[in-house]
Amino acid sequence: MAVAKQKVLALSGDEAVAYAVKQSDVDVVAAYPITPQTIIVERFSEYVHNGEVDTEFICVESEHSALTACLTAAAAGARTFTASGSAGLALMHEILYVTSGCRAPVVMAIVNRALSAPINIHCDHTDSMVERDASWIQIYVENSQEAYDSVIQAFKIAEHPDMLLPVMVMLDAFFLSHTLESVNVLSDEAVRKFVGTRKIPLVRSHEGKLVPFKLDPEDPVTMGPLDLYDYYFEHKRQQEEAMQRALQKIKQVHDEYGEISGRGYGNGLIDPYRLEDAEMATICMGSTAGTTKVIVDQLRAKGVKAGLLRLRTYRPLPSQDLTKALENVKAIAVMDRSHSFGAHGGPIFHEVRHVLYDAPTRPQVVNYIYGLGGRDMPQTLIHEIYKDLQKIVETKRVEKPVQFIGLRE
Amino acid sequence: MTSKQKGWKEIPIAGVCWKPTTEYLTGDWRTFKPVLDSEKCNKCLLCYVYCPDGAIEWKTEAEEIEFNYKYCKGCGICANECRREAIKMVLE
Repeated sequence: MAVAKQKVLALSGDEAVAYAVKQSDVDVVAAYPITPQTIIVERFSEYVHNGEVDTEFICVESEHSALTACLTAAAAGARTFTASGSAGLALMHEILYVTSGCRAPVVMAIVNRALSAPINIHCDHTDSMVERDASWIQIYVENSQEAYDSVIQAFKIAEHPDMLLPVMVMLDAFFLSHTLESVNVLSDEAVRKFVGTRKIPLVRSHEGKLVPFKLDPEDPVTMGPLDLYDYYFEHKRQQEEAMQRALQKIKQVHDEYGEISGRGYGNGLIDPYRLEDAEMATICMGSTAGTTKVIVDQLRAKGVKAGLLRLRTYRPLPSQDLTKALENVKAIAVMDRSHSFGAHGGPIFHEVRHVLYDAPTRPQVVNYIYGLGGRDMPQTLIHEIYKDLQKIVETKRVEKPVQFIGLRE
Repeated sequence: MTSKQKGWKEIPIAGVCWKPTTEYLTGDWRTFKPVLDSEKCNKCLLCYVYCPDGAIEWKTEAEEIEFNYKYCKGCGICANECRREAIKMVLE
Protein backbone atom coordinates (compact mmCIF):
# COMPACT_ATOMS: atom_id res chain seq x y z
CA MET A 1 0.00 0.00 0.00
CA ALA A 2 1.27 3.45 -0.90
CA VAL A 3 1.88 6.03 1.79
CA ALA A 4 -1.10 8.41 1.84
CA LYS A 5 -0.75 12.13 1.17
CA GLN A 6 -0.37 14.11 4.36
CA LYS A 7 -0.35 17.70 5.47
CA VAL A 8 1.72 19.28 8.21
CA LEU A 9 -0.06 21.13 11.02
CA ALA A 10 1.41 23.03 13.96
CA LEU A 11 -0.22 21.23 16.87
CA SER A 12 0.41 20.84 20.56
CA GLY A 13 0.23 17.31 21.97
CA ASP A 14 -3.28 17.93 23.25
CA GLU A 15 -4.40 19.32 19.90
CA ALA A 16 -2.85 16.36 18.07
CA VAL A 17 -4.92 14.01 20.25
CA ALA A 18 -8.13 15.99 19.65
CA TYR A 19 -7.43 15.98 15.90
CA ALA A 20 -6.93 12.20 15.87
CA VAL A 21 -10.21 11.71 17.75
CA LYS A 22 -11.97 14.04 15.32
CA GLN A 23 -10.85 11.90 12.38
CA SER A 24 -11.64 8.55 14.04
CA ASP A 25 -15.43 8.86 13.75
CA VAL A 26 -16.14 8.59 17.47
CA ASP A 27 -19.77 8.14 18.58
CA VAL A 28 -19.55 9.30 22.20
CA VAL A 29 -17.13 11.52 24.11
CA ALA A 30 -17.72 12.15 27.81
CA ALA A 31 -15.01 14.10 29.55
CA TYR A 32 -14.19 16.43 32.41
CA PRO A 33 -11.38 18.93 32.09
CA ILE A 34 -8.21 18.86 34.18
CA THR A 35 -4.95 20.73 33.56
CA PRO A 36 -2.99 19.86 31.40
CA GLN A 37 -5.49 17.68 29.51
CA THR A 38 -8.04 20.51 29.17
CA ILE A 39 -7.13 21.49 25.62
CA ILE A 40 -8.04 18.01 24.33
CA VAL A 41 -11.59 18.44 25.60
CA GLU A 42 -11.74 22.12 24.58
CA ARG A 43 -10.68 21.48 20.99
CA PHE A 44 -12.98 18.53 20.66
CA SER A 45 -15.98 20.48 22.00
CA GLU A 46 -15.23 23.10 19.33
CA TYR A 47 -15.42 20.39 16.66
CA VAL A 48 -18.79 19.36 18.11
CA HIS A 49 -20.02 22.97 18.23
CA ASN A 50 -18.95 23.60 14.63
CA GLY A 51 -20.68 20.46 13.41
CA GLU A 52 -17.35 19.00 12.22
CA VAL A 53 -18.02 15.68 13.96
CA ASP A 54 -21.03 13.45 14.42
CA THR A 55 -20.34 12.78 18.09
CA GLU A 56 -22.54 12.84 21.19
CA PHE A 57 -20.60 15.03 23.64
CA ILE A 58 -21.66 14.47 27.23
CA CYS A 59 -20.73 17.08 29.83
CA VAL A 60 -20.43 15.32 33.17
CA GLU A 61 -19.86 16.40 36.76
CA SER A 62 -16.71 14.34 37.41
CA GLU A 63 -14.18 11.94 35.92
CA HIS A 64 -15.93 9.06 37.67
CA SER A 65 -19.03 9.91 35.65
CA ALA A 66 -17.03 10.59 32.47
CA LEU A 67 -15.62 7.09 32.38
CA THR A 68 -18.93 5.55 33.47
CA ALA A 69 -20.67 7.28 30.54
CA CYS A 70 -17.99 6.01 28.15
CA LEU A 71 -18.11 2.49 29.56
CA THR A 72 -21.87 2.23 29.15
CA ALA A 73 -21.84 3.78 25.68
CA ALA A 74 -19.12 1.32 24.65
CA ALA A 75 -21.17 -1.52 26.14
CA ALA A 76 -24.01 -0.43 23.86
CA GLY A 77 -21.69 -0.76 20.86
CA ALA A 78 -20.44 2.83 20.49
CA ARG A 79 -16.92 4.00 19.71
CA THR A 80 -15.97 6.11 22.74
CA PHE A 81 -13.19 8.40 23.89
CA THR A 82 -12.28 10.31 27.01
CA ALA A 83 -9.19 12.01 28.42
CA SER A 84 -7.85 12.77 31.87
CA GLY A 85 -4.78 12.71 34.10
CA SER A 86 -3.57 13.03 37.68
CA ALA A 87 -6.40 13.42 40.21
CA GLY A 88 -8.96 12.92 37.43
CA LEU A 89 -7.53 9.51 36.58
CA ALA A 90 -7.36 8.66 40.28
CA LEU A 91 -11.06 9.44 40.59
CA MET A 92 -11.73 7.05 37.68
CA HIS A 93 -9.86 4.24 39.44
CA GLU A 94 -12.94 2.21 40.39
CA ILE A 95 -14.45 2.46 36.90
CA LEU A 96 -11.17 1.55 35.17
CA TYR A 97 -11.63 -1.98 36.50
CA VAL A 98 -15.35 -2.01 35.63
CA THR A 99 -14.51 -0.91 32.07
CA SER A 100 -11.91 -3.60 31.46
CA GLY A 101 -14.01 -6.21 33.31
CA CYS A 102 -16.98 -5.45 31.04
CA ARG A 103 -14.55 -5.63 28.10
CA ALA A 104 -15.60 -2.16 26.95
CA PRO A 105 -13.07 -0.88 24.38
CA VAL A 106 -12.86 2.72 25.59
CA VAL A 107 -9.91 4.78 24.36
CA MET A 108 -8.52 7.36 26.79
CA ALA A 109 -5.69 9.87 26.47
CA ILE A 110 -3.82 10.53 29.70
CA VAL A 111 -1.72 13.63 30.02
CA ASN A 112 0.72 12.46 32.68
CA ARG A 113 0.73 14.79 35.68
CA ALA A 114 1.93 14.38 39.27
CA LEU A 115 -0.47 13.45 42.06
CA SER A 116 -1.07 15.76 45.03
CA ALA A 117 0.01 16.60 47.71
CA PRO A 118 1.76 19.02 47.51
CA ILE A 119 -0.33 20.12 44.56
CA ASN A 120 1.55 20.05 41.27
CA ILE A 121 0.28 20.28 37.70
CA HIS A 122 3.48 19.18 35.97
CA CYS A 123 4.73 15.97 34.43
CA ASP A 124 5.52 12.67 36.03
CA HIS A 125 4.18 9.19 35.40
CA THR A 126 2.78 8.42 38.84
CA ASP A 127 -0.88 8.83 37.83
CA SER A 128 -0.87 6.13 35.15
CA MET A 129 1.70 3.89 36.87
CA VAL A 130 -0.71 3.28 39.74
CA GLU A 131 -3.25 2.05 37.16
CA ARG A 132 -0.93 -0.43 35.49
CA ASP A 133 -2.81 -3.41 36.99
CA ALA A 134 -6.27 -2.30 35.78
CA SER A 135 -6.25 -4.46 32.62
CA TRP A 136 -5.94 -1.46 30.32
CA ILE A 137 -3.41 -1.44 27.49
CA GLN A 138 -0.90 1.37 28.18
CA ILE A 139 1.03 3.12 25.40
CA TYR A 140 3.49 5.93 26.27
CA VAL A 141 4.41 8.33 23.47
CA GLU A 142 7.59 10.28 22.84
CA ASN A 143 6.23 13.26 20.92
CA SER A 144 3.03 14.85 19.61
CA GLN A 145 3.33 13.08 16.27
CA GLU A 146 3.29 9.77 18.06
CA ALA A 147 0.36 10.93 20.21
CA TYR A 148 -1.65 11.55 17.04
CA ASP A 149 -0.61 8.24 15.48
CA SER A 150 -1.17 6.22 18.65
CA VAL A 151 -4.70 7.48 19.34
CA ILE A 152 -5.76 6.39 15.85
CA GLN A 153 -4.12 2.99 16.37
CA ALA A 154 -5.73 2.69 19.82
CA PHE A 155 -9.28 2.48 18.47
CA LYS A 156 -8.30 -0.31 16.12
CA ILE A 157 -6.51 -2.25 18.87
CA ALA A 158 -9.19 -1.80 21.56
CA GLU A 159 -12.21 -2.63 19.41
CA HIS A 160 -10.88 -5.69 17.61
CA PRO A 161 -13.21 -8.60 18.46
CA ASP A 162 -10.21 -10.64 19.73
CA MET A 163 -9.21 -7.81 22.08
CA LEU A 164 -12.07 -5.81 23.61
CA LEU A 165 -9.71 -4.17 26.04
CA PRO A 166 -9.61 -0.46 26.84
CA VAL A 167 -6.50 1.49 25.81
CA MET A 168 -4.75 4.43 27.51
CA VAL A 169 -2.41 6.60 25.46
CA MET A 170 -0.04 8.57 27.69
CA LEU A 171 1.66 11.85 26.81
CA ASP A 172 3.88 13.99 29.04
CA ALA A 173 2.29 17.05 30.62
CA PHE A 174 3.45 20.37 29.13
CA PHE A 175 6.59 18.88 27.52
CA LEU A 176 4.17 17.47 24.94
CA SER A 177 0.67 18.62 25.84
CA HIS A 178 1.41 22.35 25.54
CA THR A 179 4.35 22.40 23.11
CA LEU A 180 3.76 23.14 19.44
CA GLU A 181 5.22 20.64 17.04
CA SER A 182 4.95 19.97 13.31
CA VAL A 183 2.55 17.06 13.07
CA ASN A 184 1.90 15.14 9.86
CA VAL A 185 -1.78 14.33 9.61
CA LEU A 186 -3.51 11.90 7.29
CA SER A 187 -6.68 12.83 5.41
CA ASP A 188 -10.01 12.27 7.16
CA GLU A 189 -10.83 9.55 4.63
CA ALA A 190 -7.54 7.73 5.19
CA VAL A 191 -8.06 7.63 8.96
CA ARG A 192 -11.72 6.65 8.65
CA LYS A 193 -10.79 3.83 6.30
CA PHE A 194 -7.96 2.67 8.56
CA VAL A 195 -10.01 2.62 11.76
CA GLY A 196 -13.16 1.31 10.02
CA THR A 197 -16.47 0.76 11.80
CA ARG A 198 -16.63 -1.11 15.07
CA LYS A 199 -17.27 -4.83 14.57
CA ILE A 200 -19.31 -6.45 17.32
CA PRO A 201 -18.63 -10.16 17.96
CA LEU A 202 -21.32 -12.66 18.93
CA VAL A 203 -21.77 -14.01 22.43
CA ARG A 204 -23.96 -16.75 23.96
CA SER A 205 -26.75 -15.09 25.93
CA HIS A 206 -28.91 -16.30 28.83
CA GLU A 207 -31.55 -17.25 26.26
CA GLY A 208 -29.07 -19.71 24.72
CA LYS A 209 -28.81 -17.73 21.46
CA LEU A 210 -25.75 -16.22 19.82
CA VAL A 211 -26.34 -12.47 19.95
CA PRO A 212 -24.21 -9.35 19.38
CA PHE A 213 -22.02 -8.51 22.38
CA LYS A 214 -23.71 -5.20 23.16
CA LEU A 215 -26.54 -3.85 25.27
CA ASP A 216 -29.59 -3.96 23.01
CA PRO A 217 -33.23 -4.45 24.12
CA GLU A 218 -33.88 -6.51 20.96
CA ASP A 219 -31.30 -9.11 21.97
CA PRO A 220 -30.69 -8.59 25.67
CA VAL A 221 -27.41 -9.56 27.33
CA THR A 222 -26.20 -8.98 30.89
CA MET A 223 -22.61 -7.77 31.43
CA GLY A 224 -20.59 -7.70 34.62
CA PRO A 225 -23.20 -9.07 37.06
CA LEU A 226 -22.60 -10.66 40.48
CA ASP A 227 -19.79 -13.17 39.98
CA LEU A 228 -18.51 -14.84 43.12
CA TYR A 229 -15.85 -17.43 43.90
CA ASP A 230 -17.34 -19.82 41.35
CA TYR A 231 -16.56 -17.81 38.15
CA TYR A 232 -14.86 -14.45 38.91
CA PHE A 233 -11.40 -16.05 38.71
CA GLU A 234 -12.18 -17.51 35.24
CA HIS A 235 -13.27 -14.09 33.96
CA LYS A 236 -10.03 -12.51 35.19
CA ARG A 237 -8.05 -15.25 33.42
CA GLN A 238 -9.81 -14.31 30.18
CA GLN A 239 -8.61 -10.72 30.60
CA GLU A 240 -5.03 -11.95 30.98
CA GLU A 241 -5.43 -13.96 27.79
CA ALA A 242 -6.62 -10.86 25.92
CA MET A 243 -3.64 -8.92 27.31
CA GLN A 244 -1.23 -11.55 25.97
CA ARG A 245 -2.97 -11.46 22.56
CA ALA A 246 -2.55 -7.68 22.61
CA LEU A 247 1.23 -8.03 22.16
CA GLN A 248 0.67 -9.33 18.64
CA LYS A 249 -2.29 -7.03 17.90
CA ILE A 250 -0.42 -3.84 18.88
CA LYS A 251 2.48 -4.81 16.58
CA GLN A 252 0.11 -5.68 13.74
CA VAL A 253 -1.91 -2.44 13.95
CA HIS A 254 1.34 -0.46 14.31
CA ASP A 255 2.69 -2.07 11.10
CA GLU A 256 -0.56 -1.58 9.17
CA TYR A 257 -0.54 2.09 10.18
CA GLY A 258 3.09 2.30 9.08
CA GLU A 259 2.02 1.25 5.59
CA ILE A 260 -0.34 4.20 5.15
CA SER A 261 1.62 6.80 7.13
CA GLY A 262 5.25 5.87 6.54
CA ARG A 263 5.87 6.17 10.29
CA GLY A 264 6.76 3.62 12.92
CA TYR A 265 8.03 3.39 16.47
CA GLY A 266 10.28 0.35 16.80
CA ASN A 267 7.99 -2.67 16.59
CA GLY A 268 5.16 -0.87 18.37
CA LEU A 269 6.09 -2.40 21.71
CA ILE A 270 9.72 -1.36 22.17
CA ASP A 271 11.56 1.38 20.29
CA PRO A 272 15.32 0.69 20.43
CA TYR A 273 17.84 3.34 19.39
CA ARG A 274 21.39 2.33 18.39
CA LEU A 275 21.07 -0.71 20.59
CA GLU A 276 22.37 -3.51 18.29
CA ASP A 277 25.97 -3.53 19.49
CA ALA A 278 25.49 -1.42 22.64
CA GLU A 279 27.46 -2.23 25.79
CA MET A 280 25.36 0.10 27.91
CA ALA A 281 21.80 1.31 27.57
CA THR A 282 19.17 3.41 29.28
CA ILE A 283 15.48 2.55 29.33
CA CYS A 284 12.81 5.20 29.59
CA MET A 285 9.30 6.12 28.53
CA GLY A 286 7.85 9.31 27.10
CA SER A 287 9.50 12.53 26.00
CA THR A 288 12.78 11.91 27.89
CA ALA A 289 13.69 9.50 25.09
CA GLY A 290 14.04 12.45 22.69
CA THR A 291 16.73 14.08 24.83
CA THR A 292 18.42 10.74 25.47
CA LYS A 293 18.80 10.07 21.73
CA VAL A 294 20.87 13.27 21.45
CA ILE A 295 23.19 12.03 24.20
CA VAL A 296 23.47 8.59 22.59
CA ASP A 297 24.55 10.26 19.33
CA GLN A 298 27.14 12.36 21.18
CA LEU A 299 28.56 9.30 22.94
CA ARG A 300 28.59 7.23 19.76
CA ALA A 301 30.57 10.02 18.05
CA LYS A 302 33.18 9.52 20.76
CA GLY A 303 33.20 5.77 20.21
CA VAL A 304 31.21 4.87 23.33
CA LYS A 305 28.88 1.95 22.66
CA ALA A 306 25.77 3.59 24.13
CA GLY A 307 22.15 2.76 23.27
CA LEU A 308 18.59 3.47 24.33
CA LEU A 309 15.46 1.39 24.63
CA ARG A 310 12.24 3.36 24.77
CA LEU A 311 9.45 1.30 26.23
CA ARG A 312 6.37 2.26 24.19
CA THR A 313 3.92 -0.38 25.39
CA TYR A 314 4.06 -0.85 29.15
CA ARG A 315 0.90 -2.99 29.36
CA PRO A 316 1.06 -5.65 28.19
CA LEU A 317 4.77 -5.74 29.11
CA PRO A 318 6.71 -7.01 26.07
CA SER A 319 8.92 -9.25 28.20
CA GLN A 320 10.30 -11.40 25.35
CA ASP A 321 11.15 -8.35 23.24
CA LEU A 322 12.88 -6.77 26.23
CA THR A 323 14.99 -9.84 26.91
CA LYS A 324 15.97 -10.21 23.28
CA ALA A 325 16.86 -6.54 22.88
CA LEU A 326 18.83 -6.30 26.14
CA GLU A 327 20.46 -9.66 26.77
CA ASN A 328 23.79 -8.66 25.25
CA VAL A 329 23.98 -5.26 26.92
CA LYS A 330 26.33 -5.26 29.88
CA ALA A 331 24.92 -2.42 31.98
CA ILE A 332 21.41 -0.97 31.93
CA ALA A 333 20.01 2.12 33.63
CA VAL A 334 16.24 2.17 34.01
CA MET A 335 14.81 5.68 34.28
CA ASP A 336 11.58 5.90 36.24
CA ARG A 337 9.53 9.09 36.23
CA SER A 338 7.56 7.81 39.23
CA HIS A 339 8.41 6.16 42.49
CA SER A 340 6.99 3.24 44.40
CA PHE A 341 7.44 4.44 47.96
CA GLY A 342 9.07 1.90 50.20
CA ALA A 343 9.92 -0.42 47.33
CA HIS A 344 13.41 -1.02 46.03
CA GLY A 345 13.25 1.42 43.11
CA GLY A 346 10.60 2.45 40.59
CA PRO A 347 8.08 0.27 38.75
CA ILE A 348 9.83 0.02 35.35
CA PHE A 349 13.05 -0.97 37.16
CA HIS A 350 11.22 -3.77 38.98
CA GLU A 351 9.83 -5.20 35.80
CA VAL A 352 12.86 -4.85 33.53
CA ARG A 353 15.13 -6.36 36.15
CA HIS A 354 12.61 -9.14 36.75
CA VAL A 355 12.45 -9.95 33.03
CA LEU A 356 16.25 -10.04 32.74
CA TYR A 357 16.62 -12.42 35.67
CA ASP A 358 15.99 -15.27 33.23
CA ALA A 359 18.30 -13.92 30.52
CA PRO A 360 21.26 -16.25 29.81
CA THR A 361 23.68 -13.37 30.35
CA ARG A 362 22.24 -11.43 33.21
CA PRO A 363 23.12 -7.72 32.71
CA GLN A 364 23.71 -5.32 35.58
CA VAL A 365 20.60 -3.17 36.02
CA VAL A 366 20.44 0.07 38.00
CA ASN A 367 17.65 2.55 38.60
CA TYR A 368 17.33 6.32 38.47
CA ILE A 369 14.20 8.02 39.79
CA TYR A 370 13.96 11.37 38.00
CA GLY A 371 11.73 14.26 37.04
CA LEU A 372 9.02 14.03 39.68
CA GLY A 373 6.57 16.94 39.59
CA GLY A 374 7.93 18.16 36.25
CA ARG A 375 11.57 18.50 37.35
CA ASP A 376 13.60 18.95 34.17
CA MET A 377 15.83 16.15 32.91
CA PRO A 378 18.63 18.06 31.14
CA GLN A 379 21.35 16.57 28.92
CA THR A 380 23.94 16.93 31.70
CA LEU A 381 22.09 14.50 33.97
CA ILE A 382 21.62 11.94 31.22
CA HIS A 383 25.38 12.21 30.57
CA GLU A 384 25.96 11.43 34.25
CA ILE A 385 23.86 8.28 33.95
CA TYR A 386 25.91 7.05 30.99
CA LYS A 387 29.11 7.89 32.91
CA ASP A 388 27.88 5.66 35.76
CA LEU A 389 27.11 2.93 33.24
CA GLN A 390 30.62 3.17 31.75
CA LYS A 391 32.02 2.68 35.25
CA ILE A 392 29.81 -0.37 35.81
CA VAL A 393 30.95 -1.85 32.49
CA GLU A 394 34.62 -1.30 33.44
CA THR A 395 34.46 -2.45 37.06
CA LYS A 396 31.57 -4.95 36.72
CA ARG A 397 30.38 -3.54 40.05
CA VAL A 398 27.25 -1.65 41.10
CA GLU A 399 27.67 0.72 44.00
CA LYS A 400 24.16 2.16 44.25
CA PRO A 401 21.43 0.15 42.52
CA VAL A 402 18.75 2.82 43.12
CA GLN A 403 19.38 6.58 42.98
CA PHE A 404 17.41 9.80 42.76
CA ILE A 405 18.82 12.05 40.07
CA GLY A 406 18.30 15.79 39.63
CA LEU A 407 17.47 16.09 43.32
CA ARG A 408 19.05 18.57 45.76
CA GLU A 409 20.49 17.02 48.91
CA MET B 1 -14.65 -26.57 42.28
CA THR B 2 -16.87 -29.30 40.98
CA SER B 3 -16.04 -30.77 37.60
CA LYS B 4 -19.33 -29.73 35.97
CA GLN B 5 -18.44 -26.05 36.30
CA LYS B 6 -17.07 -24.56 33.09
CA GLY B 7 -13.47 -23.46 32.50
CA TRP B 8 -12.34 -20.00 31.41
CA LYS B 9 -12.11 -21.01 27.76
CA GLU B 10 -15.75 -22.10 27.67
CA ILE B 11 -17.61 -19.18 29.25
CA PRO B 12 -18.55 -15.88 27.56
CA ILE B 13 -16.40 -12.82 28.33
CA ALA B 14 -17.35 -9.88 30.57
CA GLY B 15 -19.47 -12.03 32.89
CA VAL B 16 -22.20 -12.26 30.25
CA CYS B 17 -24.91 -14.58 31.64
CA TRP B 18 -25.16 -17.71 29.52
CA LYS B 19 -28.14 -19.06 31.46
CA PRO B 20 -31.15 -17.29 32.94
CA THR B 21 -30.79 -16.10 36.52
CA THR B 22 -33.98 -18.04 37.32
CA GLU B 23 -31.76 -21.14 37.42
CA TYR B 24 -30.16 -19.69 40.51
CA LEU B 25 -32.54 -20.56 43.37
CA THR B 26 -32.26 -17.78 45.92
CA GLY B 27 -34.87 -19.37 48.22
CA ASP B 28 -32.12 -21.19 50.11
CA TRP B 29 -30.88 -17.87 51.51
CA ARG B 30 -34.07 -17.69 53.63
CA THR B 31 -34.18 -17.74 57.44
CA PHE B 32 -37.83 -16.72 57.87
CA LYS B 33 -40.54 -17.68 55.45
CA PRO B 34 -43.75 -15.74 54.78
CA VAL B 35 -46.97 -17.62 55.55
CA LEU B 36 -50.39 -16.35 54.47
CA ASP B 37 -53.48 -16.22 56.65
CA SER B 38 -56.19 -16.46 53.96
CA GLU B 39 -58.87 -15.43 56.42
CA LYS B 40 -57.26 -12.01 56.94
CA CYS B 41 -56.14 -11.42 53.33
CA ASN B 42 -58.41 -9.13 51.28
CA LYS B 43 -56.40 -9.71 48.06
CA CYS B 44 -55.29 -6.07 47.75
CA LEU B 45 -51.97 -7.28 46.23
CA LEU B 46 -49.79 -4.70 48.00
CA CYS B 47 -47.43 -7.57 48.84
CA TYR B 48 -47.28 -8.52 45.15
CA VAL B 49 -46.32 -4.94 44.25
CA TYR B 50 -43.67 -4.60 46.96
CA CYS B 51 -41.93 -7.99 46.58
CA PRO B 52 -38.44 -7.10 45.24
CA ASP B 53 -37.95 -10.57 43.76
CA GLY B 54 -41.25 -11.16 42.03
CA ALA B 55 -41.65 -14.17 44.30
CA ILE B 56 -45.36 -13.57 44.98
CA GLU B 57 -47.67 -14.90 42.32
CA TRP B 58 -51.39 -14.40 41.75
CA LYS B 59 -53.22 -17.66 41.24
CA THR B 60 -56.21 -16.86 39.05
CA GLU B 61 -58.17 -20.07 39.67
CA ALA B 62 -57.72 -20.11 43.42
CA GLU B 63 -58.11 -16.29 43.49
CA GLU B 64 -55.28 -16.12 45.98
CA ILE B 65 -51.65 -15.10 46.21
CA GLU B 66 -48.96 -17.76 46.49
CA PHE B 67 -45.35 -17.45 47.65
CA ASN B 68 -42.73 -18.93 45.36
CA TYR B 69 -40.35 -20.39 47.92
CA LYS B 70 -37.78 -21.27 45.24
CA TYR B 71 -36.93 -17.57 44.99
CA CYS B 72 -38.34 -15.88 48.11
CA LYS B 73 -35.32 -14.77 50.20
CA GLY B 74 -37.45 -14.14 53.27
CA CYS B 75 -36.81 -10.40 53.42
CA GLY B 76 -40.17 -9.79 55.11
CA ILE B 77 -41.13 -6.68 53.11
CA CYS B 78 -44.50 -8.28 52.22
CA ALA B 79 -45.32 -8.88 55.89
CA ASN B 80 -44.25 -5.34 56.77
CA GLU B 81 -46.41 -3.77 54.05
CA CYS B 82 -49.53 -5.88 54.62
CA ARG B 83 -52.15 -3.56 56.21
CA ARG B 84 -54.17 -6.50 57.55
CA GLU B 85 -51.26 -8.41 59.10
CA ALA B 86 -52.21 -11.37 56.94
CA ILE B 87 -48.58 -12.43 56.40
CA LYS B 88 -46.48 -13.88 59.23
CA MET B 89 -42.74 -14.52 59.05
CA VAL B 90 -42.09 -17.97 60.42
CA LEU B 91 -38.63 -19.37 61.28
CA GLU B 92 -37.65 -22.08 58.80
